Amino acid sequence: MVMNGVLDSRVPDGPMAGKWTDHKFSMKLVNPNNKRRFEIIVVGTGLAGASAAASLSELGYRVKVFTFHDSPRRAHSIAAQGGINAAKNYTNDGDSVHRLFYDTVKGGDYRSREANVHRLAEVSLNIIDQCAAQGVPFAREYGGLLDNRSFGGAQVSRTFYARGQTGQQLLLGAYQALAKQVAAGSVELCTRTEMLDLVTKDGRACGIITRDLISGEIAAHTGHAVVLATGGYGNVYYLSTNAMACNVTAAWRAHRRGAYFANACYTQIHPTCIPASDEFQSKLTLMSESLRNDGRIWVPEAMDDARSPDLIPESERDYYLERKYPAFGNLVPRDVASRNAKTVVDQGKGVGPLRNGVYLDFSEVIERDGHPAVAAKYGNLFDMYERITGENPYAVPMRIYPAIHYTMGGLWVDYHLMTTVPGCYSIGEANFSDHGANRLGASALMQGLADGYFVLPYTIGDDLAARLGEPVVPLSDPVFAQAVSEVTDATQRFLSIGGTRSVDWFHRELGKIVWDYIGMERTSAGLEKALSEIPALEAEFWADLRVPGSGANLNSSLEKAGRVADFFELAKLMARDALVREESCGGHFRAEHQTPEGEAQRDDEHFAHVAAWEWHDTGTVQTRHVEELEFEEVALTQRSYK
Amino acid sequence: MSGANGVNGQTSQQSHGGTLSLTLRIWRQDGPDAPGRFHTFDAPNISEDMSFLELLDIINERLIEGGDVPIEFDHDCREGICGMCSLMINGRAHGHELATTTCQLHMRKFSDGDVITVEPFRAKAFPVVRDLVVDRSSFDRIIEAGGYISVNTGAVGDANQTPVPKQAADTSMDAAACIGCGACVAACPNSAAQLFTSAKLAHLNLIPQGQPQRWERTEAMVETMEQFFGSCTNHGECTEACPKEISLDFIAFMNRDYVKAKIKNRKLSGQS
Repeated sequence: MVMNGVLDSRVPDGPMAGKWTDHKFSMKLVNPNNKRRFEIIVVGTGLAGASAAASLSELGYRVKVFTFHDSPRRAHSIAAQGGINAAKNYTNDGDSVHRLFYDTVKGGDYRSREANVHRLAEVSLNIIDQCAAQGVPFAREYGGLLDNRSFGGAQVSRTFYARGQTGQQLLLGAYQALAKQVAAGSVELCTRTEMLDLVTKDGRACGIITRDLISGEIAAHTGHAVVLATGGYGNVYYLSTNAMACNVTAAWRAHRRGAYFANACYTQIHPTCIPASDEFQSKLTLMSESLRNDGRIWVPEAMDDARSPDLIPESERDYYLERKYPAFGNLVPRDVASRNAKTVVDQGKGVGPLRNGVYLDFSEVIERDGHPAVAAKYGNLFDMYERITGENPYAVPMRIYPAIHYTMGGLWVDYHLMTTVPGCYSIGEANFSDHGANRLGASALMQGLADGYFVLPYTIGDDLAARLGEPVVPLSDPVFAQAVSEVTDATQRFLSIGGTRSVDWFHRELGKIVWDYIGMERTSAGLEKALSEIPALEAEFWADLRVPGSGANLNSSLEKAGRVADFFELAKLMARDALVREESCGGHFRAEHQTPEGEAQRDDEHFAHVAAWEWHDTGTVQTRHVEELEFEEVALTQRSYK
Repeated sequence: MSGANGVNGQTSQQSHGGTLSLTLRIWRQDGPDAPGRFHTFDAPNISEDMSFLELLDIINERLIEGGDVPIEFDHDCREGICGMCSLMINGRAHGHELATTTCQLHMRKFSDGDVITVEPFRAKAFPVVRDLVVDRSSFDRIIEAGGYISVNTGAVGDANQTPVPKQAADTSMDAAACIGCGACVAACPNSAAQLFTSAKLAHLNLIPQGQPQRWERTEAMVETMEQFFGSCTNHGECTEACPKEISLDFIAFMNRDYVKAKIKNRKLSGQS
């Protein structure tokens, strides 16, 4: 929340290890019988949204949940492959809550809020228990106990997994928990319904405006609190590993209504994606990072080496990650792996027909463990690769290249996960909170479920307890009519431009600018260029966009138009945020700020803070606010994975 | 970023595969009650590396350029896991390629000069919304009937206190791999949903955590399924069309559990 113009993170006092426990005791409670007097709107049904909606409704709150999909189970959490971290220490290899906390703060390049991360590490234990009890078919040892694997950025095995479909299985667990509550009549589920505005009254969130994607009806919904669990904004790059419908719209509309948007420049490139094959490509496909456990990454020593990989002898291969980082090798964090891939490809050592990839080679492990063992562990990933590329990865090394995958930035939230608009919360990837400038593998699932199952259900009660007896703002209130009218006008505006270019054309062009200048490596000159090119393209968008059809039925061009309009505004904020942050940290790499070895060079003196931007008006640059980050537990050091 | 070389393929590049010239017959329908018909589109110079949905993207781009309304179709993740994409392609759910969703079907699996017929999934329980988009929410009704384990958040002990035999966990995962796309229903001559329902049911009935509600779940899910869908007559088209190759064995498992459930549930409610 904002107190007297200053961001107040509401982090409780006391020693780090006891903060959450003590805070849970000191927070106000809503009596079980009174919970039904509160109505909560949840937008989004991925891991965070579905788990929050189910948990809140189990507690007794009346919950109304919205998804633009036809079913909650389609949310993009479903595509997460590798696993979910938890500090269970089942492998007896020295893991602990403190170590997971430490690894996450370090992995985030010291740009996350310590108290949030510690809480995340604490509740990671409960998440595994909860999901196992729901029937999530995690991988098991022969004795029937849970199996673990290791993952990038950690030296312990703490990642739980369900083959290569961990996200799918965790989402099905949360979806089933939600379905149970829908069947019990305590959750109202609205599918194929997209949130297009946040409604506030006297500065407090009181509802949302939605568009029914089938009928086109624009409607208002009222509640005591609004929870935005609407995912990340990676699709601003057009080509990303996100699903096609992923967008920033719900979060952005909340931003325009007063929610600060934090660290927009922290975007994550995933190192193991399948390189693009042609210009018609609509998305990039990620291969689980768990492949880096056994696969070895290399490029030919020579530039433009067109030989088939099996004809390149060992002595002429550069296993560049193993060479530069002997301790972590192929398991360095994502940003390090990604930048190194870019470096060798830029040097002309890229492989594949377009010279736009590096090899991820399993021949050694296939020889050592045998084809069946590799197939059992990675079979579905290998099949997926073969389907997309037409190449057999058991015989020919896979080609990989980084792609945009996750966005650490998002709506600023305090310790209670509340945005700067009182009554409006943001959970999961949609908020900025736990990953700092870089997210570790298998931590997104952990955070989404932590927020939804174990954090928000506690913190929201503390805020609601004070409002007992207050009715919701009635739909007859003029704030709703006003918001409905604004959304209706905005929708109509897209239909009436009558230009010549499709939404996808503008999205692709925007994506090129964002990838070129606000991608894996940023420079001051490039960011300035982005800030001149984006508004020019945006002006063209508003003058030359063509959205065929009407607003009164299913019209995917119209849906996309609203999302791309928001991506234009977001892209400008990303460039500004990246420009002001004169340092390199995690996924934000400013070429001007690197160590002699080419690693990210932080500037802790000036930038050990969160940048949270406040919206004013269309056409006016947002104001940058700062939340200083204090590190009590983890000493700030230059990350080293050597 | 060296944008000129389009390191990530964001700038103009040539396909490394060949190209195809195709003719598409695509079903168009304004709404659930409106009459539908096939429209024919020429699709020249289609890259073999393109996915089937990217082919539809291109046709839509051309429709928009020409001032026409693009074709609506369901899709999202485009990596074969969300279960959102559908389509009958030449009469086959998700096309002719085994174990493949439409989004993962690549044009290299077609031949130059092919005429391709594209329809929505056809089933009474999946009414057409518009063009190729259908409403599959009847699947959600089956899950709501009992496709879950009733454990409220926080009410559980340590995960390793309940060992799950590896074989049970693995078979449960085989079933849980179902993506809920509805190809099984679309492929079935009876529009039956036995493969979907049995996969969802077996996922939970096979493991220790699912036992307390096993018999109630079975009866409720099967009988809810029958409210929407046709009956199974063991054609096996479902498993053939399933992009995740869910086994017919799960249908046998569900049938066994259903018989047992009818007996056990009567006993449980003291009626025997």
